[in-house]
Amino acid sequence: MNILVCISNVPDTTSKINFVENDTQFDTQGVQFIINPNDEFGLTRAVWLQQKQGAKITVLTVGDASCEPILRKCLAIGADQAVRIDAVPTDGFSVAQAIAAYAQTQNFDLIITGRESIDYNGGMVPGMLAGILDIPYVTNCNGLEISGTDATATREIDGGIEKVSASFPLLIAAQKGLVEEEDLIIPNMRGIMQARKKPLEVIPPAEETVQTQTVRFEKPQPKGAVKLVDPDDLDTLIDLLQNEAKVL
Amino acid sequence: MSVLFFAETEGGQLKKNAFENASYAHAIAGQLGVAVVGICVGAENADLLGTYGVEKVIRLKNAGLETFTARAYADALAQVAQSQKAQLIVLSSSADARYLAPLLAVKLGAGYLSNAVALPTFEEGLQVKRSCFTNKAFQISHSAQAVNVISLSANAFGIHENSTNAQVEDQEIAAETSKLQVEEVSKVTGQITIADADIVVSGGRGLKGPENWNLVEDLATTLGAATACSKPVSDLGWRPHSEHVGQTGKPVASNLYIAIGISGAIQHLAGINTSKVKVVINNDPEAPFFKAADYGIVGDAFDVVPRLTEKLKAILA
Repeated sequence: MNILVCISNVPDTTSKINFVENDTQFDTQGVQFIINPNDEFGLTRAVWLQQKQGAKITVLTVGDASCEPILRKCLAIGADQAVRIDAVPTDGFSVAQAIAAYAQTQNFDLIITGRESIDYNGGMVPGMLAGILDIPYVTNCNGLEISGTDATATREIDGGIEKVSASFPLLIAAQKGLVEEEDLIIPNMRGIMQARKKPLEVIPPAEETVQTQTVRFEKPQPKGAVKLVDPDDLDTLIDLLQNEAKVL
Repeated sequence: MSVLFFAETEGGQLKKNAFENASYAHAIAGQLGVAVVGICVGAENADLLGTYGVEKVIRLKNAGLETFTARAYADALAQVAQSQKAQLIVLSSSADARYLAPLLAVKLGAGYLSNAVALPTFEEGLQVKRSCFTNKAFQISHSAQAVNVISLSANAFGIHENSTNAQVEDQEIAAETSKLQVEEVSKVTGQITIADADIVVSGGRGLKGPENWNLVEDLATTLGAATACSKPVSDLGWRPHSEHVGQTGKPVASNLYIAIGISGAIQHLAGINTSKVKVVINNDPEAPFFKAADYGIVGDAFDVVPRLTEKLKAILA
């Protein structure tokens, strides 16, 4: 089984969100970058497939050299090789296009992405990638079983679960539930040492079509202080919700 | 030219987000001086869209569209978008809409802007404000594409009435078939989902155990609200994962979010802070949630919540 896992380099979940260059760029100063959590659920599932059913795992990211530490981490977790497409991501489409161009030169049975990155939250790349490659895809994927070249997967829908089946090639967009957080693999020293020797290939991007651009970022208006209500005066709370907030 | 919006259905009836999409699309069509066209699959009450200013609704009646699949729906929508010369297609942020939107955009060669929270402006293309960084910031995005797809955040624009008469045109089109086989759809019925709820009542570890969830459920039932929980609660198995809201769980964009016994970790707040009004009930006055909430009660949930439920029952009855 030949698996591609697409990885996004994102700010740690507790990062302070600030912008520089006239609010046109994210301020990376003092920010720790991590593997996008949704991608990491997918990578972990891929490593399980590799361990139990046999698979070759390629991890890929689109980004500059600053993304290499997380690719090395993916290799330490268990991926076999890494590819960095040397381009600064502009929008979801250009990223999907760059990944698709690479995937078309390879023979992947299964492509795994996260359902969305926790920074731009676009949820664009998996669907666009599936659309460009014209392969079936399952988003919000919280369950995946493979038998030969057939897959069954579950998708979280509003208020329930949908179970689907498909044959390779297939793309899934992972979320929590595909594996649990306690299942995430913390690289050990052996994995870290091996990762240094595993191949990390840097390739130039193919043609790049940018469809959307960031004009600027804005931060939400600072919120007023909380109005505290006495626990013995619930009528006041109800009155505030009805007449001030108008939500009841 | 037209602005096309997708009106989703549940059990043959339009969903609330269909009316939000209709209101939003109607406002944009007004700005551009073009027609607004609704598209739905088999909605029995499609004419109701007229209430929100929609004069034309295309109702698809294909056999292949009875079960939702992203590929077939994206193809059907793309065909209608082309026949209606749509310059903009508005979708909701439901799980299904977010699933099909990127496929639709690729098919149409359209720009795709997700999580829109305001009306777009049109100057040398389209510009729209979208939420990002799990609602800790907004991105003003610009698209120079001739056709664009927008998915509108839940509860961001609201529902606005503009009564007119909607002409419903039934159509059948040959849509591509899915490469996926849908084996089974299991959905809770008769229960409001977090995605559709105006009010969400959410419980955390402060409730001490799953046996105390009647507090959350009773309050939710009284308010017609959906129930949710914090990450530790779903990790401990007290509540199903599907109720987990937060950064790695479901996002919440309700009008009112009531947090009971939830301290308010940054990852939790990231998932719920698009909710308009937040109420926190917690016995720890230092809980970070008090900094994010609009209204707060420092008190014991086991004392406060049942009394609040009783009072609300009396008022809302």
